[in-house]
Amino acid sequence: MKARLPLTILTALLIFAAGYAALFIAPDEKTMHAIQRIFYFHLPSWIAMFSAFTVVFYANVAYLITRNRKWDALGVSGVEVGVMCCTIGLITGPLWARPVWGIWWTWDARLTSTFILWLLFISYLLLRGLIEDPEKKASLSAIFGIFASLDIPLVYLSNRLWRTQHPQPVILGGPNSGLAPMIAKVLLLCVIAVFCVMILVLVDRYRLEMLRNECAELRFKIESRGSETGSYGLAANQPAMGKAGR
Amino acid sequence: MKNFEFLFTAWMVVWVVFFVYEVSVARRISQVRQEIERLKQQLQQGQD
Repeated sequence: MKARLPLTILTALLIFAAGYAALFIAPDEKTMHAIQRIFYFHLPSWIAMFSAFTVVFYANVAYLITRNRKWDALGVSGVEVGVMCCTIGLITGPLWARPVWGIWWTWDARLTSTFILWLLFISYLLLRGLIEDPEKKASLSAIFGIFASLDIPLVYLSNRLWRTQHPQPVILGGPNSGLAPMIAKVLLLCVIAVFCVMILVLVDRYRLEMLRNECAELRFKIESRGSETGSYGLAANQPAMGKAGR
Repeated sequence: MKNFEFLFTAWMVVWVVFFVYEVSVARRISQVRQEIERLKQQLQQGQD
């Protein structure tokens, strides 16, 4: 918690620096001009999404091995943050595509596999909402999360394995790929800024999940005490499960 | 600047989504904290 304030200030400064660099310092791309600048936040949002979903994969595997609820909390936190980054990518992509391709969307391998990934993790969140029992919820979510994560390498490799409308990789894409040095520097700054935002949000979301677990434990204590004494632990005019603790 | 409206919209989407999500998480944290306080008080009242 002590590191929270300096990290927030650092992230805010990075966001301003990255924004300024992307809009005013990065050179104008020869064919696309201004619209190419979307790339400085489109690509970092994907990198943040891949990182969040990688956390989800490891957290889900760790939960199934250890059965520690902390891993489940990290898993669901990673999914929410990953879905948020994926949503940003899925909105900024068509905003770039419309003036460049002349269409908002096409069902090529990269776009389709990404859309499926988004749907899979939305389903993960819906699945969690449907199961009441915490152990069952955590186990089924972990299994489903691992299954959904199998789409991540497919998304990454899709424009390498198949011919796609989506541009070919510019980083680690082979002999004809690469970025101009200034574009690469600005992109790196933007990646760091978005990554810091993602970490901050992930930490907060994890804190929320741990507080929810604490809330559930307290509620269980009250209910079990009520059943021991023959009276209900929760007052009649109070809900058995508060909205905040769900 | 050509296509500025698309660039501006994309720019806004990125930060609005992050901001709205962060505010929603902060709001949910505050709600759960209130609930924890309420449950702790209830637990303490039962022990007295």
